[in-house]
Amino acid sequence: MTKTTVMLIVVALAAASYGLDAQVSSDRLLRANDEPQNWLTYSGSYMSQRYSLLKQIETSNAKNLELKWMMQNQVFGTWETSPLVVDGIMYLTQRPNDVMALDAKTGRMFWLYRYTNSGRQTVCCGAQNRGVAILGDTLFMGTLDAHLVAIDTKNGKPLWNVAVADDKLAYSITLAPLVVKDKVIIGVGGAEYGIRGFVAAYDPKSGREVWRFNTIPGKGDPGNETWSGEAWEHGGGSIWVTGSYDPATNLTYWGTGNPGPDWNPDQRPGDNLYTDSVVALDAGTGKLKWHYQFTPNDGYDYDSVQVPVLADLMWKGTVTRAMLWANRNGNFYVLDRENGKFLSGTPFVKVNWMSGFDEGGKPIQTPQPPGKVTYPGNQGGTNWYSPSYSPRTGLFYVSAWENYGSIYRKETVPFEPGRRFNGGGNTVAMPNPDAPAMRRNAINDWTDVVGRGAVIAIDPKTGQPKWKFQMYDVTDGGILTTAGDVLFTGGREGYFHALDARTGVELWKANLGGAIMSAPVTYSVDGKQYVIVNSGNVMAAFALRE
Amino acid sequence: MNGFRSLLGAAVVFTLAAHLTAQNAPQNQTGTYDRTQIAAGAIIYGQCVLCHGVNGDQITGVDLRQGKFLTVASDADLVRLLATGRPGAGMPAFTMLRSDEVAALIAYIRSGFDSVASGVKVGDAARGAALFSGKGACATCHRVGGRGAYAASDLSEIGAVRKPESLQRALVDPGAAMIPANRSVRAVTRDGRTIRGRRLNEDAYTIQLIDEQSRLVSLSKADLRSFELSPTSSMPSYETTLTVDERADVIAYLLSLKGR
Amino acid sequence: MRAYRSLCGAAAVFTLAAHLAAQNAPPNPQAADDHFVIDTGARLYLGQCSACHGTNGDLINGVDLRAGKFLTVRSDDDLTRLLATGRPAAGMPSFAVLHTDEARAIIAYIRSNFDATTEGVKIGDARRGEAIFEGKGACASCHRVNGRGAYAATDLTEIGTVRTPASLQRALVDPAQAILPANRQVRVVTRDGRTIRGRRLNEDSFTIQVIDEQSRLVSLVKSDLRTFEFIPTSSMPSYAATLTADERADLVAYLLSLKGR
Repeated sequence: MTKTTVMLIVVALAAASYGLDAQVSSDRLLRANDEPQNWLTYSGSYMSQRYSLLKQIETSNAKNLELKWMMQNQVFGTWETSPLVVDGIMYLTQRPNDVMALDAKTGRMFWLYRYTNSGRQTVCCGAQNRGVAILGDTLFMGTLDAHLVAIDTKNGKPLWNVAVADDKLAYSITLAPLVVKDKVIIGVGGAEYGIRGFVAAYDPKSGREVWRFNTIPGKGDPGNETWSGEAWEHGGGSIWVTGSYDPATNLTYWGTGNPGPDWNPDQRPGDNLYTDSVVALDAGTGKLKWHYQFTPNDGYDYDSVQVPVLADLMWKGTVTRAMLWANRNGNFYVLDRENGKFLSGTPFVKVNWMSGFDEGGKPIQTPQPPGKVTYPGNQGGTNWYSPSYSPRTGLFYVSAWENYGSIYRKETVPFEPGRRFNGGGNTVAMPNPDAPAMRRNAINDWTDVVGRGAVIAIDPKTGQPKWKFQMYDVTDGGILTTAGDVLFTGGREGYFHALDARTGVELWKANLGGAIMSAPVTYSVDGKQYVIVNSGNVMAAFALRE
Repeated sequence: MNGFRSLLGAAVVFTLAAHLTAQNAPQNQTGTYDRTQIAAGAIIYGQCVLCHGVNGDQITGVDLRQGKFLTVASDADLVRLLATGRPGAGMPAFTMLRSDEVAALIAYIRSGFDSVASGVKVGDAARGAALFSGKGACATCHRVGGRGAYAASDLSEIGAVRKPESLQRALVDPGAAMIPANRSVRAVTRDGRTIRGRRLNEDAYTIQLIDEQSRLVSLSKADLRSFELSPTSSMPSYETTLTVDERADVIAYLLSLKGR
Repeated sequence: MRAYRSLCGAAAVFTLAAHLAAQNAPPNPQAADDHFVIDTGARLYLGQCSACHGTNGDLINGVDLRAGKFLTVRSDDDLTRLLATGRPAAGMPSFAVLHTDEARAIIAYIRSNFDATTEGVKIGDARRGEAIFEGKGACASCHRVNGRGAYAATDLTEIGTVRTPASLQRALVDPAQAILPANRQVRVVTRDGRTIRGRRLNEDSFTIQVIDEQSRLVSLVKSDLRTFEFIPTSSMPSYAATLTADERADLVAYLLSLKGR
């Protein structure tokens, strides 16, 4: 049989299973695990484990991985996108808001859509876009100027385009939306500019807003009392990484960003709900079911903008529907995802901003004196980098920054619409006053003394590391695990690693030459498993040697 | 047709007035303005140049050469505007122009100020939209604003990238007007399956297309028994099935499509 | 040293003049001003200078007092002279009203980069410093400047643009503390028993790049090494005893003058 025949059979099977047009129905999204050849949501499934059932590549043969294709994008700057793969076609974004459809087998392009931003867009941390969502024959993308655009999967043409928020006030969208049933759920960034964050759901056909949940409660709403005066109006609580969904409870979970101003908690006394929290929202109405706040009255920019990883675990003898969360604040948490109950919290890196938890799971804060080092530092023990959970190993995997601290400085800052609203600053703790701070240089001139990267495999039951894979430079790469017990990740050094998910032993690596700033994805076409990763301006696809 | 064309070939010896009279009586069957008419319009444009400039772009928001207007869409709109002016905006009425002179002026504007090109008549966009989805059956192959088929190229932004003349050419002689990249592909795989579609992208080893079932398909050339590009367009010519005015209306509609 | 420091600890009760007199009598062995003087300088600066130069010292075009950027001034003596005479043509009045100890305090504040928690550093004469660099200090036997000297230690051609006086002073007195982690000396032994010594240029999880003692650029794969260690001390000697405070001030002045080419 030729490869083409195989491909046509695959197409025919797909057509038989999903109807002639093979649309991505909400039912397919719900059962994403039943089609491991595809990658249908930002994190691979609603559980957001970034775990694939594919196992053609496994620990014994990972050493035979070889490059199949590369796709060089047309723009410069860190590439944080995570693609979708649907029946052999890959949909991905590049800066600022371009969408591409590629043949997942060759990397060749079917179409390219270029969205033109207003020119007023304001973002703190680069013209990032982390991907699209799909429903039916439509892709959904949030834009830097805070629009939501629906795009035809067949030809890359826009179907509708609505303003989600006001870009003049520095609202922006960088995350990949999450489609749940008949809703496209999105959130806004801009907590460095004094926005008031929200999660909102849109009708996929018309682009009409269906519900909105403000991450900062307004006057008279429960939670508003955790702010003083009018501070809530510019309270931040941005949403810039894709959430998760549990069909059993119909709850959608989203991590919220830092309060504004970032580094001056004195300017906003109180716990500042629902910043640095996870919020559980009814997917149909947007109503808050529960919340858990990781860092009350945060003075360290510890956004809780991590992917909420859902996992069903044995917890003290009972099967528990848990949520696993390695937070920017340096702690690994286990929560009960039905009610938000705090089950455990354990530092996975050096932590000195708190000394422990009270009975309710609230951190006991220990602010460091002015000029002294706070651990973890401003970029956090981890950040938005996708973690992974393997149901096979029962381990949670996180990209961590170890032994990295910052010295914080706070000052009073007035709110001005659309302007920076930081309230101070921070410097990386360095061993020597003249040493370069951590940054992305061609030459590592700051060294691991200032902080180093690691993949840490955490046993959720104990919160303790099972193994660690240390890198010399820090890492902003996400993590993918597979049923072949292979863990894929990369870091700023540009190495793309395959590790044994059980032991952390390196199985294979390739130097791709550019920082890896996003998470790998795996899929298969014509019976061949591919794993892709972005490095610098290149997407590289690997598969086993023939 | 042939007789009419040879008449035009000899037209340079006529006086302008006589020529225009002769031409206006029988409808121009090509939907275009002829060169003599455009050349005459260039002289009449002397009335306009003081305000609109030699390049037609001196009034803010207006670029006559590029077909960019504040209120005008169709040729009929232009005729009305010349007759009434827009006193509020400082444009006088040009009632002293004869109707043949007005037609010549419009021809010059529609030619893009280029008497070597042919000016294209632009009709009414609303009527054009009806023809697009009705009599012309354009939407059975083309897609606009998320509606229609994928077989032919999406026209949602066609007004932003094509000129009236190019649209006119595509309607009358689709084979000649077709962009090579959009050619139809017919591929036969080693096991005898035939795949037809529109080419989207191609390199030395692979080809990407959208097939007749609107699926994005990527083929490896090494896996194909035969692979051919259709020299002709599958789009029919509208030279006889639409009238000149209807084509002018369709062009007006297509020019109004600027994306979203 | 210890006695002197405890004197300074009690100095807050002295008047400034008395304090400075006490300090001026024996030449300051550290060539550094203590916090009390800098603090006094800060108050004088805010009163006398900040109206024109600004609180950050950068309001006059071409001048950034905090960053040590001047139009005509190089050494501390130049600053003293400028304060005494002013530059009337450029709009700077004479500050002859200041006592010499007050002028000294302002200079100390400027040389501390406006940071009363650090130490201001005395800056001498660059030409004398250059002679020390190549002669008595023997700096060029390890360091390279403008294409001359050795590769063993870092190239100093642009050191004046990246280092502050305080940091240079620290490097001269306590090199081990001042060495940047990136520049550490490494000693490796390969699987086949070869020993390579050199200065680290770059490193990642699997490889390290060095310049060895024969000035060759060498890249090593860590898994090919039997041992790999950092030499904890700097191979640079301390000049705390071998150069006088004034000589070090001259050397600092020379290093600050190196702005690349």
